[in-house]
Amino acid sequence: MAENNNIGFWQKLINIDRRWIYLAIGIIVFVPILIPLGLPVYVTSEVEAVFNRVDSLPPGSIVMLPMEYDPATMAELQPMAYAILRHCFSKNLKVITTALQIDGVTIIRNDLAKIAAEYNKKIGEDYVFLGYKPYPGIVILNMGEDFRKPFPRDYYGTPLDSLPMMKGVRNYSNCAMIIDINATSGVDYWINYAHTRYQADLAIGVTAVMATDYYAFLSSKQIFGLIGGLKGAAEYEKLINHPDFAAKAMDVQSIAHSAIVIFIIIGNVAYFASRGKKRE
Amino acid sequence: MVDQATLANVFWFTLAAYLTLSIFSFLYKDNPFYRLAEHLIVGLSAGYWIAILWHTSLKDLWLYPLVDNSVALFSGDFRAVEIWRLSLNVIPGVLGLFMFLRFFPKIGWLSRWPIAFYLAISAGVSLPLYLQSFTVEQMRASMIPLTGNPWEIFCNLIVIAGTICGLAYFYFSMEHKGLVGGMAKFGVWVLMIGFGSTFGYTVMSRISLLIGRFRFLIDWCTLVVNYFK
Repeated sequence: MAENNNIGFWQKLINIDRRWIYLAIGIIVFVPILIPLGLPVYVTSEVEAVFNRVDSLPPGSIVMLPMEYDPATMAELQPMAYAILRHCFSKNLKVITTALQIDGVTIIRNDLAKIAAEYNKKIGEDYVFLGYKPYPGIVILNMGEDFRKPFPRDYYGTPLDSLPMMKGVRNYSNCAMIIDINATSGVDYWINYAHTRYQADLAIGVTAVMATDYYAFLSSKQIFGLIGGLKGAAEYEKLINHPDFAAKAMDVQSIAHSAIVIFIIIGNVAYFASRGKKRE
Repeated sequence: MVDQATLANVFWFTLAAYLTLSIFSFLYKDNPFYRLAEHLIVGLSAGYWIAILWHTSLKDLWLYPLVDNSVALFSGDFRAVEIWRLSLNVIPGVLGLFMFLRFFPKIGWLSRWPIAFYLAISAGVSLPLYLQSFTVEQMRASMIPLTGNPWEIFCNLIVIAGTICGLAYFYFSMEHKGLVGGMAKFGVWVLMIGFGSTFGYTVMSRISLLIGRFRFLIDWCTLVVNYFK
């Protein structure tokens, strides 16, 4: 009788309605947002490489920072963009930005303006927003010749030659580096065209889902740094000593990951226990 | 960060919060709130794309140069260079219009011309660069010296063995028995470790998105409370 009860328990656990799992994850994620724990964040070498390269640039250098995310991926990539923009502006570096993902154009315009305002940076003098053009591959290839080819005007309609910051700036060779923050496979275009074709120094910031795909490019030295997901953003926030959304979210990540690991262990124990009992 | 507690902000944030909760409601089961939100995003995206494309691309790259070059041509003396510049606007415009000929079955075949044109350019530009970036460079990265300290040698050996055994798993011209079978089995383990790390990153990614939405909902509540204070 007790044995039957035992089988019933494990079987019930396997057949649990998945909505209970959703609810549990929802609570596990929601509560730590309200009660921060301040768990430590460790910096990885691939994020530190990006920080060190930006940090070593003399004031006035140009960093190209394409920001290609949309509402669906902004939770991961927006904190990354904020952290890098803060680092660039605090070092008085100049920033050229594109938004080659159509859904994110206005979000990126607002993000750029918001961080620029924090450091009293002026559009056209300290930063330029080129905006969107279709077919990212062709746009990236064209920018390697001249920014003016795909973008005769910036996002606000000002001809590039009228912008003080763009005087003498023609293509990637005038930029100290490119840090592509990208939520799509458009990263491939940057590797292919900006790096392979025009030998631009390239680092990437991608969503966590994409990160494993691009570690191969890090070991082949086609990119000099990689910032992966919210964890990468939290590392960058730590490096610039400006903890923000990503740093706070790491508490939630740690707790949620622990819970998911426990769920996986329970699920496996239940599976093997019920299978063993069935065989008996 | 919470925006200013104005009526407009409260209205738009409340609408966004309603849509967020509508999408979340699918986790319970399919329902009309979810479907409305889903249809809204499809319709809004299409409209938004058209507006963005018109304002940031068609006007900039096609319409303005077309007008400028037409004025230059017809107010001058029809120099060859001006005709050439104008043709660079007219030909892509005509090819673009050909795409709409799909609506007319008799001449619908003309819509294949711009597609063929685009495919040819893409293939020509991409193939050599893709081969270089994704094959040659990756092969070069796996040809690593077995020198240095013992740890480096061990790590490099893992990379070399993992690459060769991973490829052995996808070699189907020999039965996976004996040495090849052993290599393929090790290759499967390497692949599994890769999939495992991808799964871990995927979980992190999805949790990040959930945190983002919850953060938004908390901001919305704060905004509404601030407005009615």
